[in-house]
Amino acid sequence: MIAMNALPSALGRQPWGIIVPLTALVCFGSAVLYSAAGGHWMPWSAMHLVRFVVFLIMAMVIARFSRDFIRMMALPIYVVLLLLLMAVEALGFVGGGSQRWLNLGFIMLQPSELMKPGIVIILARFYDMLPPGATREVRSLMVPAVVIGLPAGLVMLQPDLGTSLAIMFGAVVVMFLAGLPMRWFIGAGIAAAIAIPILFFVALHDYQRQRVFTFLDPESDPLGTGYHITQSKIAIGSGGIFGKGFGNGSQSHLNYLPEPHTDFVFATMAEEWGMLGGLFVLFVFGLLLRYGLRVARDAPGRFSRLLAAGLTATIFFYAAVNLMMVMGLAPVVGIPLPFMSHGGSSMMTIMICVGLIMAVDRWGKRDMRGGFEDS
Amino acid sequence: MLFKRNSKGARFEQRVSSGELRNRFDRRSFVLGSIQGGVGVLLAVRLAYLAVAENEKYNLASESNRVDLTLIPPRRGWILDRNNIPMASNRADFRVDLVPERVIDKERTLATLGEILQLTPAAVTDLRDKLEGTRGFRPVEVATGVNWEQFAALSVRLPDLPGVVPQRGFTRYYPTGPSVGHLLGYVGAVSAEEYEIEKNPLLITPGFKIGKDGVEKYFEQTLRGQPGARRAEVTASGKIVRDLEMREDVQGDPVKLTINAKLQDYAARRIGLESGSVVVMDLESGDLLAMASMPSFDPNSFSDGIGRVEWKMLSEDDHVPLRNKVLSGLYPPGSTVKPFVSLALLKAGIDPEESVFCGGGLRVGNRVFGCWNRRGHGTVNMAKGIYQSCDVYFYAMAQRVGMQPIADMARHLGLGFKYPLPVASQSYGTVPDPAWKLKKYDSEWQTYDTVNATIGQGYFLVNPLQQAVMASRIASGRRLQPRLLMTAKPRPAPHLDLPEEHLQIVRHAMWEVVNGAGTAGRAKLPLDGIELSGKTGTAQVVSLAYGKGGKGVPWKYRDHGHFICFAPYDKPKYACAVAIEHGAGSSSAYPVARDVMTYLFDPQKAMEVLHTYETEWGGTAQERLARKYQSYENVYGGGAPKPDSGAIEEAVSQSGIATAPRPVNVADAPRPAEGDAAAAAPPPAPQASASPATSPAVTPSPVASPNPGVNRAGPRR
Repeated sequence: MIAMNALPSALGRQPWGIIVPLTALVCFGSAVLYSAAGGHWMPWSAMHLVRFVVFLIMAMVIARFSRDFIRMMALPIYVVLLLLLMAVEALGFVGGGSQRWLNLGFIMLQPSELMKPGIVIILARFYDMLPPGATREVRSLMVPAVVIGLPAGLVMLQPDLGTSLAIMFGAVVVMFLAGLPMRWFIGAGIAAAIAIPILFFVALHDYQRQRVFTFLDPESDPLGTGYHITQSKIAIGSGGIFGKGFGNGSQSHLNYLPEPHTDFVFATMAEEWGMLGGLFVLFVFGLLLRYGLRVARDAPGRFSRLLAAGLTATIFFYAAVNLMMVMGLAPVVGIPLPFMSHGGSSMMTIMICVGLIMAVDRWGKRDMRGGFEDS
Repeated sequence: MLFKRNSKGARFEQRVSSGELRNRFDRRSFVLGSIQGGVGVLLAVRLAYLAVAENEKYNLASESNRVDLTLIPPRRGWILDRNNIPMASNRADFRVDLVPERVIDKERTLATLGEILQLTPAAVTDLRDKLEGTRGFRPVEVATGVNWEQFAALSVRLPDLPGVVPQRGFTRYYPTGPSVGHLLGYVGAVSAEEYEIEKNPLLITPGFKIGKDGVEKYFEQTLRGQPGARRAEVTASGKIVRDLEMREDVQGDPVKLTINAKLQDYAARRIGLESGSVVVMDLESGDLLAMASMPSFDPNSFSDGIGRVEWKMLSEDDHVPLRNKVLSGLYPPGSTVKPFVSLALLKAGIDPEESVFCGGGLRVGNRVFGCWNRRGHGTVNMAKGIYQSCDVYFYAMAQRVGMQPIADMARHLGLGFKYPLPVASQSYGTVPDPAWKLKKYDSEWQTYDTVNATIGQGYFLVNPLQQAVMASRIASGRRLQPRLLMTAKPRPAPHLDLPEEHLQIVRHAMWEVVNGAGTAGRAKLPLDGIELSGKTGTAQVVSLAYGKGGKGVPWKYRDHGHFICFAPYDKPKYACAVAIEHGAGSSSAYPVARDVMTYLFDPQKAMEVLHTYETEWGGTAQERLARKYQSYENVYGGGAPKPDSGAIEEAVSQSGIATAPRPVNVADAPRPAEGDAAAAAPPPAPQASASPATSPAVTPSPVASPNPGVNRAGPRR
């Protein structure tokens, strides 16, 4: 009886305002993948839906976690992920080649992906513990520097610039929102402005450097590295306002568009659905980010706030960098578009983020209903 | 919320600080939200920019990605003669290609192809190699020149043979082969230089051929036509998804020439084993009826590329089969200048009846200029000077009038000019006069220069076309201009502005050459009521130490033979010029002219003569060329060096600027015999020598007879 009563109330408590748009976006993505596979459910489209259902359930489970549990788990999760990253690096070293995946037998795990929410959790936990007065002290910077530097460095070694940047972006946003002195960010910005050109020529791999050059002038090499950007822009531009129609995208179907089902899925979509399809995607992401920031604003306590805002920023980073890339506003970095690109790891990461935001949402609502406040 | 925090906060400092952090969070998260919103707007604007503002540009790019345009080479326009007989047409040609990507069962496909197309095992092996060596979507050529039965058999079995593409194409076809080689030129694949000049994608379409020489080159744009096109949807890797549409080609426009194709062929074949040229002009309109230059190449075999053996055969031949001798051959005209020199003398007031005594030579300054007849001609007036071709008469008379009137008359009759003809190149030749010599050699004109020029030696150089024009003007009394394009407007041919009686004197003397007591009695036409008039010419090539340019000396030192003529005498209708390089005198030239002129009036009779000769020579020019090629192939096989790309084009076009021969000074050198005097025997009938190992060049083997050069004193009546 209790279970029968609990079920509707549990359903009623779900944040349907965000689950419904997300489901719509995933279904849309599935349709695009269906077309990209030449009108077949396999190998991408059906899998996409199945994964979403699985990860949505996972997100709902995460949303049930208590705040204390997450806080308690922050450090262990971080340490485990760091160890996994090292394991990947070690395996790659032994195997004689770069590697991002860890085969656990039943799943191909990509620890760098999981580190994106992981870094946000550990930093939110750190600044939560830090006495407010200490935010001006150097230790508020030094500890996170190590906490960020280790995974970011390991991921960079893989080498995976995109994921590394995503990890750093989430971390920096948490630090920014944690209230560290503004001048530190300004100083860091100036330092970066000096360091980036140097790093560009010292630390980056040739192919990464080439991507940047190509981004700056894609037409310089239309059949080489600029090919991706050029073909993507052709796909989006030729779609027009209403698109060429479902299943009629020549750029994707005739293989001119590289990676039409993963990184360039937005171009595949825009070719067939036009600007309207693109605006729909932007709109749903807008809804999700607004939801995330609203949850963060209304969240009870510093940990919850930083957690929700940091995770929102991570989702934002994914979407923004991917969209800027396919529209020729950013260099080609291998970052998929959440909810639309085919790929299990990235969807799992995003759905973990969504689940945690939903958890924060639940914590806030429970407090409003007369719960307690801790900090 | 607030009161709870206050109740919990114990230390004031920290509570304020905590609130401050909270404020900071709100402010900064607002900034973050604004940035996110800003990026969102930026993306939306960018999306709209790409999809709306640049939509047209990207649509075009997408289409050009998607659609692959394959050009179908247009059928070339025909080249017709004046009676609409095609001299160059297109022959339907079937070829078979194989697209490796589409082949399902390679071995079975190869076996079937080998069976239907009767490929040798070696060819099948080659094909297998080719299939393995190419990328999937690029067609591999299986066979060209497939006959209709094989093509049909293959077409029926196509459903079982995925990847096999039988195609229909066209190759240029010249029915008379080498006879029109120099006149029409040939077609060939486009060279890199030609593509540089005209960056047209059609030019690099497989199977497209461009005019390389002669009429084919000059009228390239007219003959070319509009390419057809096949539009197909292709993937990024070039694989054809489906055919979209097809546009038929538009055949090029025909070009109609004034040439009489049959006469052209006859003239070319009649030259036989000699190296020479024949030009025939119509005296009504100036139409060029024949412009034959032999030996030649077979343009049919050039159109599918020039093979190693072929190149070796042509480039080694000392009869220069790659030079168009009609337009680019430069020869001292020899005694063929005498008719117009006579006209110049008449104009200068010389009485035609005034006579000169010819004792076999004339001293000019401290040198003796010999007459070709050492014994002398006795008393010679103008008419006898022409028909007996007496050199001394002209030495003497020319000194009286000087060079200038003679040079003027030469130019008046068309020498020293290029004509407005649609040809790739022409040579000017040289009409020497004092001003010319001063400019060219920076030295004064001397009397002996006049003496040399007056018998068509020295600096004088003409090409056979100019000689034909000269003959046509003397015969018609009008300034005829040669015309090659039938559709071109006939050029006005005003009167020469010479007294009719002067022309009549010269024409009658030319009649005497053939029909009277002249040097070319055997040039008489075998026709009733049609009389030929002409003038022989024998031009020395070098000042021979041996003093003779007859058949006893190596071929390349022999005298050139010339003959200019017109017929009928009473009502001139056609003019003709024949030049035989190293023919050992004019006796090699006028029989050709005689037979060509006969052909104009009685083709039957002329053909009979030709057949007799050709039996002797070993077949028609085309047959002999084919046989010679065969013998070369047997000897060299694949061992012949590969011609450099463009070498043959260069050779053909370079012939236009053939170096002028060195001037020959007649002084102190015995003059070669003129006309019949040189030919004790019938026209040279050498054996067809086709043994490349010994002598690749078809040189007439010397006749084992008393040296004709010695036979100077022979009777000429």
